[in-house]
Amino acid sequence: MYIDRHLLHEVTSPQAFEGLKLAHRQPWRRTSNLATVDHAIPTTDRSNGVSGIQDAIAKEQVITLDQNCREFQIEYFDLLDARQGIVHVVGPEQGATLPGMTIVCGDSHTSTHGAFGALAHGIGTSEVEHVLATQCLVQQKSKNFEIEISGELGPGVYAKDLILALIRLIGTAGATGHTIEYTGRAIEDLSIEGRMTVCNMSIEGGARAGLIGIDDKLVEYLEARPFAPKGALWNQAVDYWFTLNTDDAAIYDQRRVLDVSGLSPQVSWGTNPEMVVDIDATIPAPTDFSDANNAEVAERSLSYMGLTPGMAVNEIQLDKVFIGSCTNSRIEDLREASKVVKGRKVASRLKGAYIVPGSGLVKRQAEQEGLDEVFKNAGFEWREPGCSMCLAMNDDRLYPGERCASTSNRNFEGRQGHQGRTHLVSPATAAASAIRGTLADVREML
Amino acid sequence: MVSTAFPVFTRHTGIVVPLDRANVDTDQIIPKQFLKSIKKTGFGENLFDSWRYQDEGNIGKTDRIINPEFVLNDPRYQEASILLARRNFGCGSSREHAVWAILQYGIRCVLAPSYADIFYNNSFNNGLLPIELEEALIDRLFREAIQPSPMTVEVDLAQQTISSSGGIAATFDIDATRKHRLMTGMDNIALTLEHQTLIEEFELTHRQRMPWLFSD
Repeated sequence: MYIDRHLLHEVTSPQAFEGLKLAHRQPWRRTSNLATVDHAIPTTDRSNGVSGIQDAIAKEQVITLDQNCREFQIEYFDLLDARQGIVHVVGPEQGATLPGMTIVCGDSHTSTHGAFGALAHGIGTSEVEHVLATQCLVQQKSKNFEIEISGELGPGVYAKDLILALIRLIGTAGATGHTIEYTGRAIEDLSIEGRMTVCNMSIEGGARAGLIGIDDKLVEYLEARPFAPKGALWNQAVDYWFTLNTDDAAIYDQRRVLDVSGLSPQVSWGTNPEMVVDIDATIPAPTDFSDANNAEVAERSLSYMGLTPGMAVNEIQLDKVFIGSCTNSRIEDLREASKVVKGRKVASRLKGAYIVPGSGLVKRQAEQEGLDEVFKNAGFEWREPGCSMCLAMNDDRLYPGERCASTSNRNFEGRQGHQGRTHLVSPATAAASAIRGTLADVREML
Repeated sequence: MVSTAFPVFTRHTGIVVPLDRANVDTDQIIPKQFLKSIKKTGFGENLFDSWRYQDEGNIGKTDRIINPEFVLNDPRYQEASILLARRNFGCGSSREHAVWAILQYGIRCVLAPSYADIFYNNSFNNGLLPIELEEALIDRLFREAIQPSPMTVEVDLAQQTISSSGGIAATFDIDATRKHRLMTGMDNIALTLEHQTLIEEFELTHRQRMPWLFSD
């Protein structure tokens, strides 16, 4: 498979560049590559640039990417570039993600770009090197999985709730070996950013890639973005993009329908992203699971999470709240969160409440709209862009036993810090939870 | 010339360590703090770090507190080179460091009912053999592996068979290209570059049809 766009970041690329150098190879097509730093960088003050990174090992990793991009002449948004940010926020924002493209990146959340009708998936470091050297990947064709999301989302219920409800339905391996195509009324109604949230978490359902067809909303979103085609080329591209949509008579290997009418805000309670309940429900008991294996897994998760079956979800007390990550750090996410926060204060019991915009441009836009003031006045910390507490490679993290409402994508053991406890939620739910100090039903606060 | 990218896999016999957990994710296989390394080596010490040790690990940290409850620390399995696991092994992040950590610990082969796609792919790029076996067979292997004297399994990739010291024997399926790759250890990049002309021809046509994809 020929690769049209290759996105790079500091964590999964150094060994690939090293391999390239050892074999005396050059990138096949330099301009297909776009790099930025996001995973391991601090989200605090950046005025000293790379030299301000306290963690010596992380600093070396960032310097390594700086050097590799310079040596191989790869376009790079470095730490001080206003366009720097989470790679899956940056690509779409720049128009570097276009319909019909094949897109890869050494990061499993590359599925995000499927919201643009692109075939996009995560790869390992060996494959990063392979793409750099050959512009191609050896692939096996995946199966097709149509997931129709019917119905309409109610107030206080968002794309994040939709995708959490879906993973709850199909399980974390429900779409292994498949590429998902999301269809249906609820998907059509979503904004492009909402669609990115949905496609982003395809991997949490086991699918390397998840995609959505082309419509006017998408074309409008892309127009005039820096990397998008201009003039006659734009018109030619748009005409082509509309030919990409699935034929009416298309046959899928699998189909599934989820009706989201009346869906409550969703919250994860366990240690994998299929362990999800309604915000107005109670924590399940191992005996609720018919399969003995699942009951055992549930018991272990409950113990790790420090939860008791039957507890009301919206009474669970929190230590931290994190709004950010490639799932939910775009301008619309911040707008939704700010609506809940406006005129309110973060609960005093919280040890930290963090807003980490997805990119420098998202941050700037939010500041122009005064959202930063709303958050800061409420007691949130307003940070610099990066992956931050989604995977806690930097200092933004949970300490043992701490509990967090997080807009990120994974609630695995230790994901947000050694022995930390994660509850995955939407930005609005995270905002409501920060105000209450417990997991909270945002519908009561709109 | 095609060079070898990793030690080839033909036949392997080793002690099996049973990791009785479903959905083992790559964050557990190698936690995030070890991903800051720019090297491809040194991950074996930190395989399953937060399960293997009681204290929080970091790059270069020594004097760790062993968690005696974790199966990898069980004296029976100290020499293990085959990992027995449950369904959806390797889910989550695409970090190839997970495969490096498993190999560098000394594991050459994983036996499980199913794997996450990216982990499965990454395995073949490094010489790790992930074998998919029916759930019922995996259950039987678990029963044998937890006995007081450890189970040994012989894996024959050419024949696509496994046989245990306790007499469990089975065949397994594997894609022919992937099998060939493990048995020869070929450098995938060199192989692809043998098709350089084809790639160039495709690229030319692609550029003509969709010029907006090319900024150069």
